[in-house]
Amino acid sequence: MSIVTVRRISQVFFLALFLWFCVVSSLGVESWQLRGWPVSWFLQLDPLVALGTILTTGTLYANLLWALVTVILTLILGRFFCGWVCPFGTMHHAVGYLGKRSKTLSEEIAGNRFHPLQSIKFWILVFLLSAGAGSLLALGIRQGFRSSPLLWMVFGGSIVIAALALGGMWGDRRKVGAVLIGLVGFWAATGFVFGGERMIGASLQTGLLDPIPLVYRSVNLALLPLADSSTHVLSVDQRYYEGAWLIGVLFVAALLMNLKIPRFYCRFVCPLGALFGVLARYSLWRIGKACSDCIQCGLCEQDCEGGCEPLGQIRIPDCVLCMNCLDGCKHQIIGYRTAPSASGEIVSPNLSRRGALMALASGVAVIPAVRLGGQLGANWNPGLIRPPGALPEEEFLKRCIKCGQCMRVCPTNIIHPAGFEAGLEGVWTPILNYRIGTSGCQLNCIACGHLCPTAAIRPLTLDEKKGLGTFEPSGPIRVGTAFVDHGRCLPWAMDRPCIVCQENCPVSPKAIFVREHYSTVRAGLVSVKSVARGRIELAERPFRPGEIATGDYFLAREGLQDGNRSLILENSEGAVTVQANGHAVPEPGEKVHVQVRLQRPQVDPSRCIGCGICEHECPVSGRRAIRVTAENESRSRRGSLLL
Amino acid sequence: MTSSSGEKDFSRREFLVRSAKAGAAVALAGGVSAWLFDPEGPRAPSASESDLVTLPDFSVSGLDRKLSIIQGADRVKSLDVALKALGGIEAFVKRGDRVLVKVNAAFATPAILSATTNPDLLAEVCRRCLKAGAASVVVTDNPINDPESCFSLTGLREAAHSAGARVILPRAGFFRPTTVAGGSLIKDWPLLHTPFQGVTRLISIAPVKDHNRSGASMIMKNWYGLLGGRRNIFHQDIHNTIKELAMMVKPTLVILDGTTTMMTNGPTGGSLSDLKATNTLIVSADQVAADAVGATLLGKTVSDLPFILKAVEAGVGTADVESLRPVRASAV
Repeated sequence: MSIVTVRRISQVFFLALFLWFCVVSSLGVESWQLRGWPVSWFLQLDPLVALGTILTTGTLYANLLWALVTVILTLILGRFFCGWVCPFGTMHHAVGYLGKRSKTLSEEIAGNRFHPLQSIKFWILVFLLSAGAGSLLALGIRQGFRSSPLLWMVFGGSIVIAALALGGMWGDRRKVGAVLIGLVGFWAATGFVFGGERMIGASLQTGLLDPIPLVYRSVNLALLPLADSSTHVLSVDQRYYEGAWLIGVLFVAALLMNLKIPRFYCRFVCPLGALFGVLARYSLWRIGKACSDCIQCGLCEQDCEGGCEPLGQIRIPDCVLCMNCLDGCKHQIIGYRTAPSASGEIVSPNLSRRGALMALASGVAVIPAVRLGGQLGANWNPGLIRPPGALPEEEFLKRCIKCGQCMRVCPTNIIHPAGFEAGLEGVWTPILNYRIGTSGCQLNCIACGHLCPTAAIRPLTLDEKKGLGTFEPSGPIRVGTAFVDHGRCLPWAMDRPCIVCQENCPVSPKAIFVREHYSTVRAGLVSVKSVARGRIELAERPFRPGEIATGDYFLAREGLQDGNRSLILENSEGAVTVQANGHAVPEPGEKVHVQVRLQRPQVDPSRCIGCGICEHECPVSGRRAIRVTAENESRSRRGSLLL
Repeated sequence: MTSSSGEKDFSRREFLVRSAKAGAAVALAGGVSAWLFDPEGPRAPSASESDLVTLPDFSVSGLDRKLSIIQGADRVKSLDVALKALGGIEAFVKRGDRVLVKVNAAFATPAILSATTNPDLLAEVCRRCLKAGAASVVVTDNPINDPESCFSLTGLREAAHSAGARVILPRAGFFRPTTVAGGSLIKDWPLLHTPFQGVTRLISIAPVKDHNRSGASMIMKNWYGLLGGRRNIFHQDIHNTIKELAMMVKPTLVILDGTTTMMTNGPTGGSLSDLKATNTLIVSADQVAADAVGATLLGKTVSDLPFILKAVEAGVGTADVESLRPVRASAV
């Protein structure tokens, strides 16, 4: 079996495994549903997720340790993940085949030639990682001003070394070092002058372009809901995701680019590939020529997936280990070996110093820039309701990789990819929408936090979520508070009984309670003509037959207090029959009120957990008459309501 | 045929062919336009009468005044005594019958909170129906919370499966519009209809629960779960709505489970302190009478619950429980 066949088997296996994980991310007890399948495994294997969260939080969360396996294997084998494992890479590979079918040999070879812009992916990598490095920088600033100069120098020096290693620019180090130290110094000064950490922040944005979160997001939020819309195997009814069209369009566009240039995304965009490219310079094994007896036939580049030019000086950072050159070489000159290629190799990414520095500086600067809107401060968006267990917003943004696992698993389909509700940096992070979906956030569900690969949503226990047992002192997890809109609520605004919200409130005692109120209906002040055994003839004829006989209407004598109302059992246009109530029988000629008994909903903010079931069920179906906003959410004190 | 320099040769034959193609295209465009021509435009949307569905009468003639009220803390034993008193489930379910069991699965809460139909009771009913020779038993409801979660968390799905019954979860395509004859509220409203296909017997099993708006949620209120759409607007006139629901459905048998009654915080409950052991199981062919008995478990009378009086008035059943000469027994 040729090595290419083995690679294809591996690709098909991992793609199938990935798709299987997407399928089984359905809540349920069947064998093909979520019952211990490691559905986030590819995200955990992804070292960009691990590195990103290490930069932003200084910790490596639980199963992200899997990334170490990938890193070690990459250091030994090279970019094997791209060519052998990555499900998105396999998709590109397959679509690329379709694009090649009508091309001639020379066109194919031309299409696989290295393009200088393949370095864009390294810029993207540096940009995205430095966007996450803000708080590390802030730490440096703090240390710089509070600790000894020596510590500051060590810290600054290590940043420089890291940056140089990353860029592979060991040469001319003085100039680079000067610029970098200048840059860091500038931010240090900014921090000193403006109070540092308030503006300099870290935000994990790698998930925007990291292929693993991207492919999870695209398949789970766009592809599966479309595919399942007619079969209804994965969900009982249609799943909806707000703004999923954009996720789908970007996914399809990325795939279609392969028709023009094979593995377009991998060669030009992929920051994970770039990270592997940086690591691959140390790899023990690599592609290369065994001797220089090559006749330069070019067949090795006919199917070269990485565009890494094995014919000449092979570019190790771009080689995805597709092994097609091994098959293509009719003279067995190219091999996968430990010795460098006989025709030379390029181990550093093709990244200019200026490019790297620009990406670094703009990455560090972009987060303070997008936060100029103040959405993390006084201008926080009350419409941004995060899933239960979500960390405080700033910490949340340091961890969320926008993979959409929480949205996929949510049984009620209320977790959605955000648009700009959480600011530019919060695009595609989870936001609750109580209008879409089958209910609110269910009291007995903690699925989202248990699928979250980075603990941006903490995995809760049911006891913690509901505030039971040891969690009783802290109370249940609140994601917001419901507010009654008195201008839209039927009993408040329109004299109509309702209280659907109260009935559906799932906590005990209910967070929504009612106040009884008797309201005289329109044209409800009427005069009594005659009274005979519970049947009262009226002077006016304002009512339709049966209109006030629903069990909610009462006849009340003017000026008299409670207990002097009697329930209306029947009515015609000008007469009502009331239930016997000795005190309430009016005299002929007396003015009486026809009143409707209303139960007006009130929210007790100390009980409300913001689950949104009331909002979901409210019969005012457009803009709901009871709506949840993020005030009083457990995760943050900025919106607390209560003393 | 002229052929000046720079002009391409163009034969008469080519001209005729092109003319024929153009003519065909014109004819096709004209034909399609004429075929699709709609001079009036769309009319105001309205339900066409032929789309409406109604549920058949599932009651068994001659057995429609049966009622038994059994005391006991064990639902399965109580059911056994109750059914024996009524002549066994075989009197209601014959060989080959297709049975639909309407449960109350409204909320995604565990069975112990009694906000939903008790799973042991459901399993026992399904088992007995199948034992009596029923060709199939399906269990359904259109709950308030997420349907999948409701049937899983309440244990109803597992109970139904263990007894050999099938659970049908509602989905958009399962609803057809219905209008209640003689009613005024439920008009052209989506009804959970697909699960009723081929069904010959209907059994309802519901718990006794406090309900702030209507006063009580028992058997008649349980039919609410057959409605689809944004049904919560019916809460504005809840009593007449429950009456119309009772007019809409003529069940074979109803089982009102007052073994545990939710006294407060209904209909969701959420705490064991909302519950009270009332140790009563009501099995009845008259849904109104069942609710009239159930009301007493909540400490209410028929006159506290306008929907019961309205249902009596509409001729659905009787609230005069003693007129049915109920079988009262104790299951120990």
